[in-house]
Amino acid sequence: MTSATQTSVSTKPASDSDVLVELDHVEKYYGELHVLKDINLKVNKGEVLVIIGPSGSGKSTLCRTINRLELINSGDIRIDGKPLPQEGKELTKLRAKVGMVFQSFNLFAHKTILDNVTLAPRKVLGMSKADAEKEAMELLARVGVDSQANKLPAQLSGGQQQRVAIARSLAMHPKVMLFDEPTSALDPEMINEVLDVMVDLAKEGMTMIVVTHEMGFARQAADRVVFMADGEILEQGTPTEFFDNTKTDRAKDFLSKILTH
Amino acid sequence: MQAMLTLLSQYDVLGAFWVNIQLTLWSALFSLILGVVLVMMRISPIPSLRAFASGFVEFFKNMPLTIIMVFMLLGAFVQLRFQFSSTFSSNFYWLAITGLSLYTSVFVCESLRSGINTVPLGQAEAARSLGLGFFQTAGLIVLPQAFRGSVAPLGNTLIALLKNSTVAAACSVATETSTLMKTMIEYNASSIVAVFMIFAIGYVILIIPIGLLTTWLSNTLAVRR
Repeated sequence: MTSATQTSVSTKPASDSDVLVELDHVEKYYGELHVLKDINLKVNKGEVLVIIGPSGSGKSTLCRTINRLELINSGDIRIDGKPLPQEGKELTKLRAKVGMVFQSFNLFAHKTILDNVTLAPRKVLGMSKADAEKEAMELLARVGVDSQANKLPAQLSGGQQQRVAIARSLAMHPKVMLFDEPTSALDPEMINEVLDVMVDLAKEGMTMIVVTHEMGFARQAADRVVFMADGEILEQGTPTEFFDNTKTDRAKDFLSKILTH
Repeated sequence: MQAMLTLLSQYDVLGAFWVNIQLTLWSALFSLILGVVLVMMRISPIPSLRAFASGFVEFFKNMPLTIIMVFMLLGAFVQLRFQFSSTFSSNFYWLAITGLSLYTSVFVCESLRSGINTVPLGQAEAARSLGLGFFQTAGLIVLPQAFRGSVAPLGNTLIALLKNSTVAAACSVATETSTLMKTMIEYNASSIVAVFMIFAIGYVILIIPIGLLTTWLSNTLAVRR
């Protein structure tokens, strides 16, 4: 399964200037294990891309390669037309433009909620404390946790922590947000409060790459769904195309397993 | 008891303890700084720095303190003409602090490294993904949590340092407790037990509060996850 299914399916006309994230023949190995096989992917500005697939399919790894938390063995990754820099100042600048939300939230455990959100704007962008706090409070209000601003992360529920993590990323005004299974560590009743925030973000035109098992979210908010298995992109299309007219057997098999319950 | 009081009135025991406390405080300061530098080298992305730091740590960790102290005296000073001051006593004093600091810094480094192991990798990943550089990530996110997680081993290192400060005698620091104890035993052979008791009790009085403080700090500062 190669480039045949990978071009042309984007829901928006892809002139090159619209492309924000581009992966070109990306290969990655963990020792012998080939975890990413010839990944070609273009994400346009404002597009919401949802990556789904079974465990171990390489979807989280793919997500993490985009801000170079994982290194790749060959191929190119470009953000806004520029190739990913090596370690150093250039890389930190780029990472500041790529928001990332983790499965395990990863809020700074020794800092208050407010400090979590203001830290990067102050230390990376050089914002004043007052400005950073004003904006942080707005962002926290937007995700509905402003009343918790002076607590420590451990005092919040998982859903609240993840919403703070989203606010923390937004405070850097990222061009694109990466979500690495943002709801997988949450109790069922907290999943929706996080998904609601993500749906709002998508509506506001944020470019998002979301690795998730939430098929409801994929249907509701995705512009395009990418199905990965064994390190390969096997299929992609609009949610309607993908869910109602699944082409590959592997994807049909996967969907039949998760949708029967 | 009477013998102990007599001895205390004859010798400047408090002064000798004060010398050990000073040696300890200076060495604690320098070894803390050096220990932080070493641990940052050990977690840095640059392989040569990592290799240097682990070599340094292995070297001093496996070296008896007495040998380091004798080296500071006979090697660094007598052979290599390394001098802090032209007066002998203050020169030996600072040479002893250097030896103690080098020796203790590797234990500070190892304590902090055990603290760093309590900080989940995701903390650093989150910091890096927000655009923080290596020093910002280490200084603002990883080390503060590592310190809180290594209060207990750092406290133990401080206790060991205070006791080790008596080895300064091997570097000719003549005013500290173990030297004074030797002198007192020499001239008061009839009350050896009293002499021992003075120093034993003295160190217990100094060290028990450190232990209590580190236990308390360790609980108060622990990072809740």
